Amino acid sequence: MSQRITVVEKILGANERLAETNRLALDQAGVFGLNLMASPGAGKTSLIEHTIRRLADRYQIAVVDGDVATSIDADRAAAAGAQAVQINTGGECHLDAVMLQEALAQLDLPSIDLLIVENVGNLICPANFQLGTHKSVLIASVPEGDDKPYKYPGMYQGVDALVINKIDLQPYIDFDMDYFRRGVEALNPGLVTFPLSCRTGQGLEDWLAWVGEWVERGR
Amino acid sequence: MHELMITESILEIALRYAQDAGAEKITDLYLVIGELSTVVDESVQFYWDFVSEGTAAEGAKLHFRRIPAELLCQACRHAYSLKEDLTCPKCHSNDVRIITGREFSLEAIEVDQAVPETRAAKENEVLS
Repeated sequence: MSQRITVVEKILGANERLAETNRLALDQAGVFGLNLMASPGAGKTSLIEHTIRRLADRYQIAVVDGDVATSIDADRAAAAGAQAVQINTGGECHLDAVMLQEALAQLDLPSIDLLIVENVGNLICPANFQLGTHKSVLIASVPEGDDKPYKYPGMYQGVDALVINKIDLQPYIDFDMDYFRRGVEALNPGLVTFPLSCRTGQGLEDWLAWVGEWVERGR
Repeated sequence: MHELMITESILEIALRYAQDAGAEKITDLYLVIGELSTVVDESVQFYWDFVSEGTAAEGAKLHFRRIPAELLCQACRHAYSLKEDLTCPKCHSNDVRIITGREFSLEAIEVDQAVPETRAAKENEVLS
C-alpha cells in the first residue's frame, strides 16, 4: 500500500545545525569569524595578507584556508603572521560546516580574536553552505566585469559586506560602477561596500576599521 | 559539484522519515527547488542512483518542482519575474525583494507500507 508522507525539512538542515555548533564555539572563545568568498583571482589571499599585516599588532589572527589541492594560500597567510590551517577539499567546490569544525579543532580558539575563513574560489556553491562564521564577505574585483551581481544573484544576496577590489584598474577596463551597484542594491539593499585596491592600498582603511569594529564587539 | 553532498542529504532525510513511518520501501521523492538555489536537477538525478543503491530508496523516482524567481517592487508594489535586469520594469526602482526562488527542500515522500495502518496494527496487538 502506497502512502504519502509530508516532510518538512530543509535539505541542508544538517549543515546548518552544525554551523550553529561552530558559531557557539567561536562565541564562547570570543572569536569573531569572517567567511571570505570570491571567484578565483579576485584577491582573497591578498586581502587576507593585508588584513593580517595591518591588524596583527592588535589582534591574534587565524586563517582557515579552503583550497582544492595546494597549501599556497595558507603558506602566504602564515608568512604574514597568522596561525594557518589548510583544508584541502579534495575537489569539493566549497567549504561546509563539517570541514570548518575539523579546522577549528586544530586551533587554539581562546587565544584567537579574529578567524578568517578563505572559502574555495567559486561564486555559486559557497553561498549555499553556512559555516557558522559571524559575517560573510564577498570580494568582487573590477576585471571580473560589472555583470556579476546579475549572473550570480545567490552569492550577492547572502553576504553581509562587499569588497570591490582592484579599483586601481578601473581606468583600463569597461566596468560600469553604476550598473554594478544597481544590481547589488536590488539583491542586497543597503549592503556595506568597500571599494579598494590591495595593490595601491587605496580604500583599505575603511575595510580594516570595519573588521576591527566587529572584532572588538566579539571580544 | 556539490550535488553529491546534497543528494546524500536528501537520502538521509528520506530514509529517516520512512523509518519513522515504518515503511519498507520509498517509491517517490518530491523536491522543491527554487530558480536561485543553484542546484542542477540532472546532477542530483545522476548521483541518486549511486547513493540510493542498496537502501530502502533504491529505484525511487525523483520529482522536481521548480519554483521561478518572483520579485516584488517595494516602491510601486509591482510583481514580476526575474530577468537580466533586477530593477523594477515599471518604475525602475532598485528597492526590490525576492519573494520566491530560494526554496530548496524535500516536501514529501511516497512509501510502500509493510503494515497498512499503524493504528490498525496496534489494535490487532491489543485484540490478540
